Amino acid sequence: MSTAAPASQLMGDGVRPATETIRIRVNGREVEVPKTMPDWQGKPVPTTMLQACEWAGVTVPHYCYHPKLPVAGNCRMCLVEYGTPALGPDRQPILNPDGTPRIVKSPRPAIACATPVTPGMEIYTDTPGVKAMRAGVLEFLLINHPLDCPICDQAGECKLQEYALDYGEAFSRFGEAKVHKPKAVDLGPRIVFDAERCILCTRCIRFTRDIVGDDALGIVHRGSYSTIATAPGRAFDNNYTLNTVDLCPVGALTSRDFRFRMRVWFLKETPSICPSCGTGCNIRIGSRQGRIYRYTPRPNDAVNSHWMCDYGRLNYKWIHRPDRLQKVEIRGRVSSWELASDQILQQLRVASPGSVGLVASARLSNEELWLLSRLKARLHALSDAVPREGEGDALLLHADRNPNTQGARLTGVCYTEMGSQLPLIWERIRTGQIRILLVFGEDVIRQGCDPASLDQLEMLVVCDVLPNATTAKAHFLLPGCAPAEKSGTFTNVHGRVQRFHAAIPPPGEARPEWQFLAEWVTRLTGESLPGHLPGLFNRMASEVRAFQGLTWSELGDLGRLVPV
Amino acid sequence: MPAEYRLILKHALEPGYTPDLACYLRHGGYETLRKGLTLPPRTLPDGRSLSPQEQIREEVVKSGLRGRGGAGFPCGLKWSFVDRRSGKPIYLICNADESEPGTFKDRQIIYRDPHQLLEGMILACFANDVHLGFIYIRGEFTEGARILERALAEARDHGLLGKNILGTGYDLDILVHRGAGAYICGEETGLIESLEGKRPYPRIKPPYFPAVLGLYLCPTIVNNVETLCNIKHIVAMGGSEFAKIGTPNNTGTRLVSLSGHVRRPGCYEIETGKVTLGELIFDPAFGGGLREGRQLQAVIPGGVSAKVFRAGERVSLRRRGLDGKEVVEERDVLDLPYDFDTLIAAGSMSGSGAVIVIDDSVSMVDVLANISAFFAHESCGQCTPCREGSLWMAKILKRLASGRGRPRDAEDLLHIADNIPGGRTICAFGDACSWPVQSTVSKFKEQFLARGAEGEPYRKVAQPAATSVARLSGTGGGAHPAASALASSVSTAS
Ligand SMILES: Cc1cc2nc3c(=O)[nH]c(=O)nc-3n(C[C@H](O)[C@H](O)[C@H](O)COP(=O)(O)O)c2cc1C
Ligand code: SF4
Ligand code: SF4
Ligand code: SF4
Ligand code: FES
Repeated sequence: MSTAAPASQLMGDGVRPATETIRIRVNGREVEVPKTMPDWQGKPVPTTMLQACEWAGVTVPHYCYHPKLPVAGNCRMCLVEYGTPALGPDRQPILNPDGTPRIVKSPRPAIACATPVTPGMEIYTDTPGVKAMRAGVLEFLLINHPLDCPICDQAGECKLQEYALDYGEAFSRFGEAKVHKPKAVDLGPRIVFDAERCILCTRCIRFTRDIVGDDALGIVHRGSYSTIATAPGRAFDNNYTLNTVDLCPVGALTSRDFRFRMRVWFLKETPSICPSCGTGCNIRIGSRQGRIYRYTPRPNDAVNSHWMCDYGRLNYKWIHRPDRLQKVEIRGRVSSWELASDQILQQLRVASPGSVGLVASARLSNEELWLLSRLKARLHALSDAVPREGEGDALLLHADRNPNTQGARLTGVCYTEMGSQLPLIWERIRTGQIRILLVFGEDVIRQGCDPASLDQLEMLVVCDVLPNATTAKAHFLLPGCAPAEKSGTFTNVHGRVQRFHAAIPPPGEARPEWQFLAEWVTRLTGESLPGHLPGLFNRMASEVRAFQGLTWSELGDLGRLVPV
Repeated sequence: MPAEYRLILKHALEPGYTPDLACYLRHGGYETLRKGLTLPPRTLPDGRSLSPQEQIREEVVKSGLRGRGGAGFPCGLKWSFVDRRSGKPIYLICNADESEPGTFKDRQIIYRDPHQLLEGMILACFANDVHLGFIYIRGEFTEGARILERALAEARDHGLLGKNILGTGYDLDILVHRGAGAYICGEETGLIESLEGKRPYPRIKPPYFPAVLGLYLCPTIVNNVETLCNIKHIVAMGGSEFAKIGTPNNTGTRLVSLSGHVRRPGCYEIETGKVTLGELIFDPAFGGGLREGRQLQAVIPGGVSAKVFRAGERVSLRRRGLDGKEVVEERDVLDLPYDFDTLIAAGSMSGSGAVIVIDDSVSMVDVLANISAFFAHESCGQCTPCREGSLWMAKILKRLASGRGRPRDAEDLLHIADNIPGGRTICAFGDACSWPVQSTVSKFKEQFLARGAEGEPYRKVAQPAATSVARLSGTGGGAHPAASALASSVSTAS
């Protein structure tokens, strides 16, 4: 049972809507709900009370329940009262004098997260009994809870705070010594655990065991002394540990990276896409005043469910590296975009066919790659992109570490076998056939291009975000943007076209590549292009066969699948 | 004259009776097994034919046998829930965890007459098409586990277990699994988790009803040791004959574990409902009364989870008379017949059959503090109300018992205890830990209020608590009432 569900299983484009429905009542209001709804693995199973209430727009507070984890039923926050139609000896409903079915109220409450609804059921979530049960659970959760809110990272997005405010009592009866448990425990290299804040919902355990397939976490001791722990001598260290921080409804699990660095209510959350591999996990970028503080996963059943990998999540530090390229330089001298563009275009205009080489990065957006393919066509250039491989895993991380390999292929910047043309480009630079080289976001020297051969070029244009051997040789050095600093779309390995949005402004003079590329294309071809990204996307979609029919707005937050 | 009625303990208590197979066979052992396994198919008036398995199941239904593990659930009904069409193996587990405080009946059978359990269990397995059974035995019963292993080996050697039992073609093996010492392993779904090698966290129902999704998510029956022994007697004498023992709906015998302040504590077998609580305590055939000069204060009728009765308490029983009309009778608790239904109607339960007698030499505050400490220690910690509530109550009671009480403690205890039971928790432990508190505090409130008031001077003199404990116990003085109470509690605790 405890196998890691491969990402592809979790995904699928959603479960087909169940056609069969049943009628129930929630707090007296009749609603028709699907008879089955997806369970944590997406399998249709009888709809639970909690799902039915959500369907009816009624909130049932919960801690341990998570739509993508097996149900545990341990927090008891979701207890509701309910009744079912009374049945006569003939198994037919007994009717009231007014013709309505007679409802027998259950003497015992039920947990909404695990109890299926049945036809005619009545669910009550706002009775004095239910309110008392919630207040009771909250009181129990709080008696041994430290009053850490002022120093707790979770404050502001803490379910304990929220529910205590909504459903709790304002005073405490508790007069005993609290149970003290370990604080600031290093569960693993990226996770710090505060046992006193833990409400033992076991979300972290279930995620690690049932989604990742790692039995690293468990509970030691019993009763009120129960504590989350790793097996002795074992660290909590898989590539998905930080998801437990998101899952933890309180501040018990904290990210070593984010801990104590920023109050969450100051963060601006921008929907984006993780650029660290071809899966293209949907994320939110948490930033404040131009600085990124964290990435968190954004649910998308078709891609990453509710998760992302630790590697992708923490791969943002380079964005704020002090050596970021921030200035336009012409032959080592600081210059301006206008001057550089003028001079570059002047040379490109007169370049003879076949004398231009183009090396692009599959980390650029679809729009940028498309603009580059337009340049390529205009200049009859030889072009390619650089493959980037790593080790993949069964859950999310893909061996293709480029976020937009498919985009590079579909726009025609490279062939299906990305990188196949690179040796030819290096060769033609060496033989002098290629006189002008345009490099976007790659270090061609690292990819095997002879550094000395670059010195023979008439013009070397390099656009990048960080310095490297190739940028050092550039005649024209153009500061580019990290994906977090611009908007655009990536096409993931499965062909899902997904939007990302600028979270922070680029540093210094750096400009989104699509902006100046659109200008270059216009100036070289005379064709006018939209000056804004949505328009550019729509133009691209009308010209690139694979993207035909897509529009920027229709992509929405979850993207659209195209055939690859 | 009330008297013991020995059905299950018929031979076990005889002098010279030994737990080995030879002795059991000399006493007619395993004849019922042969009978059960070789029952000829019976044809019903409508032409349907009943297999031997179905016949045994039908006899169990007719017998009216109710589970002896605590809940008193009808055994035949439980078996009828088993999903027999899943295509998965069906498992049967004998619950030999016996850990409800005050209960010491299953061990009489295991230690003295293990083959009777095996015979009943093999029949129960046969009746339910089980080919692998387990005896989950409490970890502390080391010798009991050894005795069972020996008995199982003997049974295997004699073709009573294993392949082709008694030449009938029926295969069954039974394995002994030792617990590691947790009360919650007695709860059937906790037990199943434990048997699977995990922490004994009781499972949520729905969906994990053992009859459908039990051990390894296969249909599973969990029955108590005493329940399974009864299967043998039901097959031997027939369900209707068995139903004549005891009283209607409360058939057969009960093994009563009588303990506490009586002259003759011990395990007594009675016809269910034919002996009253008072007789169990005072009759010379049973408890033989209290010690010299003592007055009865309270009785816990079914293990510490059961709600306590106060001596002299009168309970109103609603029952349906012979004419079908409901009659309300008022009775003294001591006149309550010891059976399932009456004790439930009286607001408590016969539970595991453990009767704990408490005289006036102890304070009910101390009794409850002891019980609550047990539950706080044994809560598995899975669900919020029980995990936090059990320890909270135990802490209040410990403080109260040590003389540092507050007048409001009684109210607080009731408030906490009201927030745990009645379906708010995953398993019945939530009820088990709060019922004693609810009943003891409300029925003996004056004792709790008095203890709470005792803490008053202490609070005025000494604060904060932690430092003053050291100081007061260090002086060894006895002048201050609160201080001495505290000093004694400190010395017992250390
Ligand atoms: C907290 C708790 C502890 C229990 N402990 C035991 C036990 O030690 N032995 C037992 O037979 N049943 C115990 N039970 C009852 C079992 O859950 C189960 O109902 C019983 O084994 C079923 O057997 P029966 O139908 O033969 O009574 C316990 C129940 C609870 C809630
Ligand atoms: S650490 Fe967080 S997620 Fe894990 S059990 Fe505790 S509260 Fe739940
Ligand atoms: S799996 Fe890939 S896309 Fe997802 S977070 Fe990791 S690196 Fe980013
Ligand atoms: S009620 Fe208590 S013992 Fe039962 S599952 Fe909940 S915490 Fe565990
Ligand atoms: S959400 Fe925790 S019990 Fe239902």
